[in-house]
Amino acid sequence: MIRAGTLTWFAQHETRLLWRDWAWLLSGGRRRRGVTVVVGLLVFVAFMHVFAYLTLARAPIAFPPDKALLVTLGGTLLLYWSLMLSQALEAVTRAFYARGDLDLILSSSASAERLFAVRIGAMALSIAGMSLALAAPAINILAWLHGARWLAAYGVVLALAMVAVAISLMLTIALFRTIGPKRTRLVAQIVAAVVGASFVIGVQIVAILTVGTMSRIVLFQSERIIRHAPNPDSLWWLPIDAVMGNGAALAVVLALGAIVFAGAIRFCAPRFGEFALAAGNVAVSRRSASRRALKFRPRSPGQALRGKEWVLLLRDPWLMSQSLMQLLYLLPPFFLLSRSFYGQGHSAALVVPVLIMAAGQLAGGLAWLAISGEDAPDLIASAPVAAHRVWLAKAEAVAAGVGVVFGPLVILFAIVDPMFAVIASIGVAMASAAAAAIQFWFRAQVKRSLFRRRHVSSRIATFAEALSSIAWASAGALATSSLCLAVVPGFMALAILTGAWMLSPKRA
Amino acid sequence: MTQNSSVPALKVRGLAKQFDRPAVDGLDLEVRAGEFYTLLGPNGAGKTTTLRMVTGLLRPDRGSIKVFGIDVSADPIAAKQVMAWLSDEPMIYDRLTPLEYLYFVAGLWGVDSNAAEIRARDLIAWLGLMPYAQERCEGLSKGTRQKVALAGALVHEPRLIILDEPFTGLDAASARLVKNVLRERVAEGCSVIMTTHILEVAERMADRIGVMADGRLVAEGTLEELQRQAGAGDASLEDTFLALVSTDTARGSIAA
Repeated sequence: MIRAGTLTWFAQHETRLLWRDWAWLLSGGRRRRGVTVVVGLLVFVAFMHVFAYLTLARAPIAFPPDKALLVTLGGTLLLYWSLMLSQALEAVTRAFYARGDLDLILSSSASAERLFAVRIGAMALSIAGMSLALAAPAINILAWLHGARWLAAYGVVLALAMVAVAISLMLTIALFRTIGPKRTRLVAQIVAAVVGASFVIGVQIVAILTVGTMSRIVLFQSERIIRHAPNPDSLWWLPIDAVMGNGAALAVVLALGAIVFAGAIRFCAPRFGEFALAAGNVAVSRRSASRRALKFRPRSPGQALRGKEWVLLLRDPWLMSQSLMQLLYLLPPFFLLSRSFYGQGHSAALVVPVLIMAAGQLAGGLAWLAISGEDAPDLIASAPVAAHRVWLAKAEAVAAGVGVVFGPLVILFAIVDPMFAVIASIGVAMASAAAAAIQFWFRAQVKRSLFRRRHVSSRIATFAEALSSIAWASAGALATSSLCLAVVPGFMALAILTGAWMLSPKRA
Repeated sequence: MTQNSSVPALKVRGLAKQFDRPAVDGLDLEVRAGEFYTLLGPNGAGKTTTLRMVTGLLRPDRGSIKVFGIDVSADPIAAKQVMAWLSDEPMIYDRLTPLEYLYFVAGLWGVDSNAAEIRARDLIAWLGLMPYAQERCEGLSKGTRQKVALAGALVHEPRLIILDEPFTGLDAASARLVKNVLRERVAEGCSVIMTTHILEVAERMADRIGVMADGRLVAEGTLEELQRQAGAGDASLEDTFLALVSTDTARGSIAA
C-alpha cells in the first residue's frame, strides 16, 4: 500500500489520469470502442512502418556518418524538437490555466510541490510519447535495416522532451513575470504556434528562395549547407552520435536532459501553485470588451448570429494557437507565389492544392465552433428564427472567416496567374463548403472549450473532412494541368461527401 | 402591451412525451393572459419537459400546444416571437459582455436596433448590472449571469415568460429583485409560467399553482383550492403539496 501524499502516490494518481485521458482521446469516451481502437491503432502502426520502410530502404545511410547524413539527421531532429517545444509550451500553459483539480490540490494539506513535480514529469512523458508515436516507426525500421544501435534514438527523444518541457516551464514563468498572467495565455499560445511552425516554415521558405521547391530534404542535402556545417567530429553532432548508438554520447545527452529537467522542476514546482492561482484569478476576473461592444448592433436575426459568431471567434483564446498554426503554414506558398510573381520561378501551380487543403481545414474548425460549439443552443432554438436561417447565418460566418484569410492570397494569385486563381478559389470554396457540411451532418452539442478535441466526437467526420480536403486539393492540383484529369478526384470528393452524409447520425 | 385577455396565454391539450418512460402523459393545462402560474412537482414529474415542449425545444409525441392562440407545431416562429425561455442554467456566452448579449438576443427576436439599445440599457440599469455591462460574462458570478439571462428574456418584451427554476443560485437580494421584476411584468399584462422547488415563492407570487406528478397535472388552483383538494384545511403549501403528491403516488401504485 502506497502512503498517501508521497511522490509515488502522486505519480500513481497522475499516471491514472494520464492513461484515462489518452484512453478517452482514442475512444471518445465510449467503452465499447476499445477493440475497434486497438485494431485501428495496430493498422495505423503497421501502415507507418511500411511507410517508413519505403522512405528509408534506399536512403544512403553509412556508418560512420558523413556530413551530408549528419546534416539531414540534425535537421530532422531539430524539426522534431521544435514540434516538441511547441507541444510542451501548450501543455504547460494549459496546466497553469485549466482549473481542473487545482483548487482541490491547493486547498488540501498535501504537498502541492510534490504533485507539481510529478505533473511536470508527466508532461515530459506525454510529450515524449507523442513524439515517439511519430518517430518510432522510423527508428524501428532503421534498427531493422542498419542495426540495433539506432534504438538509442528513443533515449534521445526522451532527453529532448525533458529539455523541451524545461524550457517551456522557464519561458512561461518568465512570461508570467514580465507581462503578467493576463497576457501570458495568449502570448504563450502564439509563441507555441510560431515555434512549432517556424522551423518547418523557415526551412521551406529558404528552400523556396534558394532551390525553388518546398522540400525540406532538398535543403538539407544542398551543398551550400553541407559545406558550412560543422565537421563530423564537432560536439554539435553529439545528439546525432547518440541517435546512431554511440553509448557515451547517449549518456551525455540523457544526463544533460535530466540535469536541465531536474533544475526546471526544482525551480518551478514550488512556484507552480503561485502562478496557477494567479492564472485562476484571471479566469474569474472581469474582462472589459470596451469599445468593441458598442459596434455590435445587429439589425436582423441573421446579422445577430453572424456578428455573434465573429465576435466569439475573435475572442476565443484557444482558437488562436490552432488557427495561427494553420495560417503560418500558408507562408511558404505565399513566398512561392511571390517568387513566381517576380518571374523567378514557375511553381505557382504548387500553391493551389496547399491553399485548398488549408481552407478545408480552417473551415472545418470554424464550422465546428459555430455549429457544435454553440454555448447557448436552447436560446437559439427558442428564438423565432427558422432553423435553416440559423444554419445559413452560421455558414455565412464560416465562409466570411475563410474569405478573410484566403481572399487576399487568391487576389495575389490572380495577378500572377488568373486561371490558377480561378481554380484555387473554386477549390477553396468547395473544400470549405464540404468541411462545413460534414460538421453540420455530424453536429453534436459540446462545450466550445473542447475545440482541441473536436476530432474525438466523431472519427468518421474527422476522416471524411481530411479525405474531402485531400480530394479537393488533388482536384485543384490536377486542374492546373488538365481540367479533364481533375474530374476523377472531384468525383472522389463528392463520393466522400455522399458517404459521410449516409453515415451521419439521423436527425430528429 | 395590448392583448386579447379572452385568449389564454397557453393552452395545452393531451400533451405526451416519452423517453425511456413516459415523461409527460396526456397533460391538459391552461394559463390565462396576465396570470402568474407556478408549476410544482417532485423531481422527474415532467415539469421541465412540458415547458421545453411549449418553447419548441422538444417535439411532443402527441397533443397540441397553443400560445395566445398560435399553434406551436403549425407556426413555431410566430409562437416563439411572443415567448421567452429562461432555464436554471443561464444560456449566455462567456465571451460576450452583458450589453452585447442583450443586443444579440434583441437581434434574434428582430427588435429594432434603436429600441434594443434603449431596452438593453434600461434592463441593465433595472437589474443592477451597470457595473458589469462592459465586462465579459466569463468573470461574472452565477447570480449575475442569471440576471443577465433574465434581462435577455425580457429585452424583446415577450407576452409569455417561461422560467425553469429561476431562483437557483441566487442570493436573497437577487432573488427579491427577480421576483419584483416578474411581478411588475405581470402587472403590465405579461403572463408568467414558472417551475420552482421553493414553495414559499410559489405561495407568495402565483395566482394559480399546478401540481404535476408522473407527467400529469394532479391538482390545480389557488392555494385555498389546493388545500381543499388535498383535504388539508389551512395547512401550509408544503404540507398541501406533499399531501397531493403522496396521494397521487399512492394512487399510481395501486393502479400499477
